[in-house]
Amino acid sequence: MRQFLTYLVLTLFVLALGGCRFGPVKDRGADVTDPTSEESQQETMEGGDLSFSGDLGSGARMEELNDPDSPLSKRVLYFDFDSSNVTGEQREIIDAHAAFLSRNPDVSVVLEGHADERGTREYNLALGERRAKAVEQLLQVQGVATDQIQVISFGEERPVALDHNESAWRLNRRVEILYSGY
Amino acid sequence: MMWIKRLCLLPLLWLLASLPAQAVLTIEITQGLDDAMPIAVVPFAWEGEGEAPAAVGDIIAADLRRSGFFRPLAEADLIARPHRADQVNYADWRALKTDHLVVGRMLPHEDGDYTVQFQLLDVNRRRQLAGYSLRASESELRRTAHQISDIIYAEITGKPGAFDTFIAYITVTGDRTDRPTYQLAIADSDGHNEQIVYQSRQPVMSPAWSPDGRHLVFVSFARGRSELYIQNIRSGERQRVAAFDGLNSAPAWSPDGKYLAMTLSRDGNPEIYLMNIETRTLERITRNYAIDTEAAWLPDGRGLVFTSDRGGSPQIYRVALDKNRHATGRPERLTFEGSYNARASVSPNGRYIAMVHRQEGQFRIAVQDQESGLFRVLTDSRLDESPSFAPNGSMIIYATEENYRGILSAVSVDGRAQQRLSLQQGDVREPAWSPLRPE
Repeated sequence: MRQFLTYLVLTLFVLALGGCRFGPVKDRGADVTDPTSEESQQETMEGGDLSFSGDLGSGARMEELNDPDSPLSKRVLYFDFDSSNVTGEQREIIDAHAAFLSRNPDVSVVLEGHADERGTREYNLALGERRAKAVEQLLQVQGVATDQIQVISFGEERPVALDHNESAWRLNRRVEILYSGY
Repeated sequence: MMWIKRLCLLPLLWLLASLPAQAVLTIEITQGLDDAMPIAVVPFAWEGEGEAPAAVGDIIAADLRRSGFFRPLAEADLIARPHRADQVNYADWRALKTDHLVVGRMLPHEDGDYTVQFQLLDVNRRRQLAGYSLRASESELRRTAHQISDIIYAEITGKPGAFDTFIAYITVTGDRTDRPTYQLAIADSDGHNEQIVYQSRQPVMSPAWSPDGRHLVFVSFARGRSELYIQNIRSGERQRVAAFDGLNSAPAWSPDGKYLAMTLSRDGNPEIYLMNIETRTLERITRNYAIDTEAAWLPDGRGLVFTSDRGGSPQIYRVALDKNRHATGRPERLTFEGSYNARASVSPNGRYIAMVHRQEGQFRIAVQDQESGLFRVLTDSRLDESPSFAPNGSMIIYATEENYRGILSAVSVDGRAQQRLSLQQGDVREPAWSPLRPE
């Protein structure tokens, strides 16, 4: 019995870790598209989990998304300080996602904008949004529908690199392209 | 007892949601004024049994020292321990070059309350400047001490004190890359009595006080993106006030309490809006392709200052508002020093604007005198942010770091006095100094 409990705890722990790592997972309990729903507020207020909606395709295109050699495997775009300009290499990644999304109009993405720790928090929140919107615009001009894209900015509140130098800042000035479930 | 004015301690309007305190802020004076005024605060006599319920004299001395304007005598240097003016030998204190002397005592009542009596004495003129008797319950004694500090400060400097106030701030504990816990907390202005008023596993940002000091407005990502909430501090009641598409951020409460300035990108781009809190109607204030955010009110409510990068880099602008809170005229640029000035805080008299200023790649707190135009950088760290004026204008509290850990610091407007408030664990950031308590 005791051993069983140990396994159970371990399993839950691993599951909990998994839950944190894989980013946005569809949470049926909360609906972010309806900001006035009090119930959904309760759901997420306590758990504090991120919830995004997004329709998943299946079969071949999942493989395409999961192929490490495909440009689609690159899901993070990087930016210069206080800038939302998309540079050449980033542009190629965006083009690949734009082509994929316009071929698969039932698939949707969240574009999550981030900033490094320098500068003020509220300005950086706006800057993160501006970066995500710059990517959104490039997707849209290539035929991706408005309702396939959701833009969210976290400003400097969610760094991926915690050091306080240019190499950490470079990693934090980013837009993440998040496919539901990947 | 003719020399004692009676002052009734107001019922505690500010009783707060009783969430457990989780951490303690400690305060360290890092830089005092060379010409700080010498004052002696004699530990208050306790006229009850057992131990005194609070070290009122010590709290007062610490308050006065923290202001930077006073240099309280060390306890070991006190040559006598009087607790009433008629026990004072002025010549002794004059010999110690002490300008002012504070004496007092604390008496118990049968119902459990206490009376705290104190006198502020002018050593050179050998006379009393102030004398009060205050009644308080045990839990109110620290507050009573802060009120006495305010009276002393006002009597000597001629300006209101801000010791009997609160600071709101955000704390972040736990692993920052994984699942940290974000808390909105308030504490007394000396860092004591920390109380958590809101907690989330998602980012919490930008706390701002209502002018009556009873509510906080802040940003929470609890539902996955930035939204604005108003919370009644005493009841804990919380309501979501802005959850529009895009950003809902940077709230600032109008001085008359009726409006919230906020940044929304519902129309596609971050712009400043005013929300009538009662009717929830919105008035758009800025119209520009750039980022417009971080609005702060002018004290008369007839204008806002805000951050905009419309000129190519973030700078502070001012827009005037008419009596119906409509924008009048074009926003006017206020800052020209350097290439990054953002997140303004306006002094209570409207004369100074504190802001985050980039200097040689570092982010510092600077203040601009709107009368003389003089621009002064007050701090010298790597990443200072979120300046907030004390409600009496004497100090600016801001967020900085120590060994890359977020701490709070306060600096006088002239940059000469500095103090540091650090939390035992985790990061503390985004301080907002409360208004003065209502009379």
